[in-house]
Amino acid sequence: MLDPILRILALIRKELLAILRDPRSRVSLFLPPIVQCLIFGYAATYDLTRVPYAVLDQDRSAASRELLAAMNGSHVFQQVASLDHSADIKTMIDEQRVLLVIQIGQDFQRRLLAGLPATVQVIADGRNSNTAGTALGYLSTIVDAFNRAWAADHEAVGPPIRVTMRAWYNANLETRWYMVPALIGTLTMLQTLLLAAMSVAREREQGTFDQLLVTPFRPVEIMVGKALPAIMVGMTQATLILLVAQLWFRIPFAGSYLTLYIGLAFFLLAAVGIGLMLSAIVATMQQAMLYAFLVMMPFSLLSGLTTPISNMPAVFQYLTLLNPLRYAIEIAHRVYLEGAGLDRIAPDLWPMTLIAAVTLPSAAWLFRRGVE
Amino acid sequence: MRRITALVRKETYQLFRDPSSIAIGIAMPLLLILLFGYALSLDVNNVPVAVVLEDPSPEATELAASFTLSPYFDPTLLTAMPRAQELVLEQKVDAIVRIRPDFAHRLNQGDAEVQILVYGSDANRARIIEAYARGAIAQWASRRAMEGHREPAAGAAVVESRLWFNEADDSHYFLVPGLIVLIMTLIGALLTALVMAREWERGTLEALFVTPVRAGEILMAKMIPYFALGMVGLALCILAAKFLFEVPIRGSISILVAVSMLYLLVALSIGLLISSVTKSQFVSSMATLLITFLPALFLSGFLFDLRSMPAAVRIISYALPARYYVTLLQTVFLAGDIWGVILPNAVVLLGMAAGLLALTRAVATKKLS
Repeated sequence: MLDPILRILALIRKELLAILRDPRSRVSLFLPPIVQCLIFGYAATYDLTRVPYAVLDQDRSAASRELLAAMNGSHVFQQVASLDHSADIKTMIDEQRVLLVIQIGQDFQRRLLAGLPATVQVIADGRNSNTAGTALGYLSTIVDAFNRAWAADHEAVGPPIRVTMRAWYNANLETRWYMVPALIGTLTMLQTLLLAAMSVAREREQGTFDQLLVTPFRPVEIMVGKALPAIMVGMTQATLILLVAQLWFRIPFAGSYLTLYIGLAFFLLAAVGIGLMLSAIVATMQQAMLYAFLVMMPFSLLSGLTTPISNMPAVFQYLTLLNPLRYAIEIAHRVYLEGAGLDRIAPDLWPMTLIAAVTLPSAAWLFRRGVE
Repeated sequence: MRRITALVRKETYQLFRDPSSIAIGIAMPLLLILLFGYALSLDVNNVPVAVVLEDPSPEATELAASFTLSPYFDPTLLTAMPRAQELVLEQKVDAIVRIRPDFAHRLNQGDAEVQILVYGSDANRARIIEAYARGAIAQWASRRAMEGHREPAAGAAVVESRLWFNEADDSHYFLVPGLIVLIMTLIGALLTALVMAREWERGTLEALFVTPVRAGEILMAKMIPYFALGMVGLALCILAAKFLFEVPIRGSISILVAVSMLYLLVALSIGLLISSVTKSQFVSSMATLLITFLPALFLSGFLFDLRSMPAAVRIISYALPARYYVTLLQTVFLAGDIWGVILPNAVVLLGMAAGLLALTRAVATKKLS
């Protein structure tokens, strides 16, 4: 009874030595999660803070100046140029010197004083239409506030209806709060899956795997011996990222660490299972790497990390059900931001269990097949 | 010259012997562009919302109806908040629009309030939903004003916006060119990332070095077949973009192909350099993963606006070839041949390709001694 456990422990020790002996591979496993989380935590945001814009003010009135002052005071928009002719608009936009050009017609103030709608023309660079749309959204909030202030200053009745807005779980609507917890799953998956995919392939290529197969180890034991070290590496990486999220980005953690780690354990089982299965199929490290990328790309892009799953066509929404990262990201958000307990993440746990239950035994079964 | 031809032939045989390289060169671009082209979208439609009518007055009912009419919303009408909150927790709806009990009364006094509560975890989506909700409410307000319920006493500034290059506001227009960048980055670097390391590990590179071929020739021979394979992948991507996703190509095809060749050269040299420096397939594969995929996704301007990133992160992004290629593709696809954008970005890519190749050559030669 004790024997298989001792054998597996010996294998795990050997496996960890193989991964961690080389100082370069040590560095390549534990430094990148921290650096990536720091850089991408800052980079991966749909929030805008520096939108360059140009103005074509044909009115040059008190009203137009007031509107522009409201824009410049918003910490979102930065006026970089003042245009004189509408012919200049094209170059400014084409050469990406500005994201928006705001054109205020010469009757702007006159119409406002007359109680008429006064048009502000806005031309946006749609090469990234999401960025442009977000900027236009900010702009309309500023114009709303301007209208209210204008009505108050001129003792007129303002717009009769006020829209107030509150966001749950992320009061300031910061994309970073969404992205950084999602990175816990994403960054760990990429390296752990690749690590698992390379593990058997490396031994096959060096010929040591055949030697391992002729020892008393059963394939299942070899599988466990390969899977556990990779999961240990993944857990360490996840912890490092979690530390950066809390100590550096100071994103408040609402849930329980135990729940999060239970979720991560299931996730890593599934990810490592997929990696090991790939590793058992391929013959060389080159193939292992290529196939690992071939699954990791869809996993990371179809996970809800960058674009919401609910925007996808129905077929693709079903496909994402096979993606362990989808569940990991959901769990990270639920537990991290909303403080969800085990009962609420249970629907995300069992699909990962299923993935692990299929991939890990298949990997063990496939180990033998490579010998012929 | 004869030596190079012989070497190219050897590399090509190796390439064709291993089906996985062909899979990366041809199957991967096709699979990825189809998968992501259809699946990725930032266009929000049919958002499930709960509209809570705490006021049964005709004005309030009319406002609720404007959400039913909007193509952006799929509303559930409710009369009490607790049920709506339950729906949010069950993730059945993404937002609540709350019309308070005194709505009609306060509307007549000119100070009514509509509350929007958004499930905010995904901030980008939340902001889009907010903008659409404001739009639906504003439309209702202007309809009311037109029906003469109330004279607008103060003039109001109205924003009239136009989205150049993408009038229909279709997110595929920038996602598909961005995907081409991702795919080319991966094909380029993945194909070459292991080739030098593999020969080091197996000791065959030393065997090559004792023959009269020079280090530069070996590198060139390794690039040529993979370059050809990458170009096939590129052609597939451009065809899919144009004919399947109907992204307009407003610039000229020759410029599109020329800058893509430059970028492919850069990507292949990155792979070769990593491979030559690390000399280990394991470390090389990790390094390629770290240097190519996520940086090209997050730091290239493909999705996230570079201008809004902190200065330190922006400086890092300048070192990233994908950044220049994203700008080039978005411009050539959507805006046209704008030399003020094309020239500087292409020159940077050219410089990077030359620098990386020289560096790889230096590294490979030094390792020999």
